[in-house]
Amino acid sequence: MSITHESNGHRSADQRIAETELLRFATAGSVDDGKSTLIGRLLHDAKSILADQLAHVKETSERRGDGELNLALLTDGLRAEREQGITIDVAYRSFQTDKRRFIIADCPGHEQYTRNMVTGASTADLALVLVDARNGLVRQSRRHAAISALLRTPHLVVAINKMDLVDYDQAVYDAIVADFKSWSAGLDFAEAMFIPISALKGDNVVEASANMPWYEGPTLLHHLETVEIAGDRNLDDWRFPVQWVIRPQNDERHHDYRGYAGQVAAGVLTPGAEVVVLPSGRSSRIAGIDTFDGPIAEAFPPQSVTLLLEDDLDISRGDLIARAGEANPPTVARELEAVVCWMSDTPLRAGGRYALKHTTRAVRAIVEAVDWHLDVETLERQGNDHGLALNEIGHVKLRLSGPLVFDPYTRNRETGSFILIDEATNDTVGAGLIATPEG
Amino acid sequence: MSHELSHLDALEAEAIHIMREVAAELERPVLLFSGGKDSIVLLRLAEKAFRPARFPFPVMHVDTGHNFPEVIAFRDRLIEEIGERLIVASVQESIDKGRVVEERGPRASRNRLQTVTLLDAIEQHGFDAAFGGARRDEERARAKERIFSFRDDFGQWDPKAQRPELWQLYNGRVRKGEHVRVFPISNWTELDVWQYIERERLELPPIYFAHEREVFARDGMLYAASEFVELMEGEQVFTETVRYRTVGDMTCTGAVASTAVTLETVVAEIAATNITERGQTRADDRVTEAAMEDRKREGYF
Repeated sequence: MSITHESNGHRSADQRIAETELLRFATAGSVDDGKSTLIGRLLHDAKSILADQLAHVKETSERRGDGELNLALLTDGLRAEREQGITIDVAYRSFQTDKRRFIIADCPGHEQYTRNMVTGASTADLALVLVDARNGLVRQSRRHAAISALLRTPHLVVAINKMDLVDYDQAVYDAIVADFKSWSAGLDFAEAMFIPISALKGDNVVEASANMPWYEGPTLLHHLETVEIAGDRNLDDWRFPVQWVIRPQNDERHHDYRGYAGQVAAGVLTPGAEVVVLPSGRSSRIAGIDTFDGPIAEAFPPQSVTLLLEDDLDISRGDLIARAGEANPPTVARELEAVVCWMSDTPLRAGGRYALKHTTRAVRAIVEAVDWHLDVETLERQGNDHGLALNEIGHVKLRLSGPLVFDPYTRNRETGSFILIDEATNDTVGAGLIATPEG
Repeated sequence: MSHELSHLDALEAEAIHIMREVAAELERPVLLFSGGKDSIVLLRLAEKAFRPARFPFPVMHVDTGHNFPEVIAFRDRLIEEIGERLIVASVQESIDKGRVVEERGPRASRNRLQTVTLLDAIEQHGFDAAFGGARRDEERARAKERIFSFRDDFGQWDPKAQRPELWQLYNGRVRKGEHVRVFPISNWTELDVWQYIERERLELPPIYFAHEREVFARDGMLYAASEFVELMEGEQVFTETVRYRTVGDMTCTGAVASTAVTLETVVAEIAATNITERGQTRADDRVTEAAMEDRKREGYF
């Protein structure tokens, strides 16, 4: 399948290897739930593991007495992980089939679980939640599903794994599906899919299982290859955070060139349209959309382009270009409410000061209040008098040193998200999802 | 009209975004250029990010003195063509100054010495960000590395203390003496790189295409015979038709027997291969199971 775009003039008609669509998905899990085995199985059965990698894993499996081929070893990265049999950090792995190109965010679940799951979910189109068929829904799988819903990962797959250890029994599968559905009734997913698998034996991962004739749905890989993601992006609002101003110096040909470079966060931008530059509120028209390969007729997310405007306005990094007169204009404000996932050992407390990065703009923020925090398994709100500890998620009010131009996270992941940075250590300590004010 | 990007377009858009973030948020970036295919792709991405203006940073090559002469000639011509500034940091100078000691013997390599030259150059020029062409699919330790990879003032990478990387919000804050290594093509695979080269019609050094070369066999790989390598007992030089799949030093980069003389046939060979590029061509990764992790911790590319 080759998806090309007519307005991209550089695309050659006689392409030999097809370009495909990119799907990013996040998995999370602890050491024993078979996550590494599942990823290893996907990579192996999708023929993304090459001979020398396989030989290395075989040799290591035999040396460690793991049997003939321990697929989990394919995803071991760092020495400490191999030595201790644990996973330390989010790893990103790629594989490709004829239909799609995949990037897996592989999130360890045991330590720093919320931080890792939030990180993986933030860029994912799809969350792959693993459930051990013998244990049913446990904290870990509930937590991953809840965080994926909170981060608005559009698609959810619940893979009920280790079916081989429950004799491929449909009743076990049905009970877990029913349990998940009743538990998740309050969660917001575009779509959820349940697939009974055995990562170890390969059932329903790439090949349909002969052991579960009662299951009529797609295999995991088939679903990953075909799930519709084209509708996931916001093409209605126009959001273009200005990232970098291109002004060629000392160049006669481009003496008057002034381009606003950035990545489209929402909308289908077209030349001629009237736009407003925020927070200043000045308006102009798009004179053209420029790229290295020449002008294009429209720009949409996540393209990186350069906008040319008809008027010579004072525009710099951190400004946001939106469409004039939109039905859902962005908010311009010096305070905001947000759900924050805390990622530092030093707790967030009311009165705390941080650097805040939102789209391409950086400001300072003071925590005015911590209103409540979540039970991450149920998403129930709980009263808060202590601030946010490591891995806690809660609702905060922030006062800002300057105006931000934003949307609710539920409307736009790019203009609705921010990070908090500790200015003493320069560490990224919090991830924020901008909320609609609760009043 | 469809509003979906192909995977190459999406990866390109991400890389351009990353380069512009670095230019905007860091004081003195530099683009590390090896003459290999990945850094040639980086140069094209920088053109996409900053033209019609010039790059807001110089290009730097860490020259071991053991490079393929074809690659050095290509480097000089390409930099001239795109009209950018080139800094050459020389491992030979580091040796002459006594900063590092040349290895001896038939397995001598300057690969590891480069790290000192690189870190010295970063310090000397006061660079606070260095773009590299590393990819996560290359090697297991790299799969865990961030796109913005923080380095302390010794240039060290601490895999256990990486900054979480959320959405497209990168944190490049550094103090004086520290820097970030930034990998805009982290999420690309070798095949993506080759497809992109084909699509963009990028020119490569001639050693990427099949040519006749004097080689010798060692450890199951074919190495170029050159003044930089001592042969071991029993090793014979012979002529073979080969191409290179990666470009590093003549002393530690293996060649692949191949007759592919065009980009199309090279890409077809890569698409059909059953062995990784590092496994097939790099002696430096074979030393221990954690060879790359160790070198990265010290400040390697």
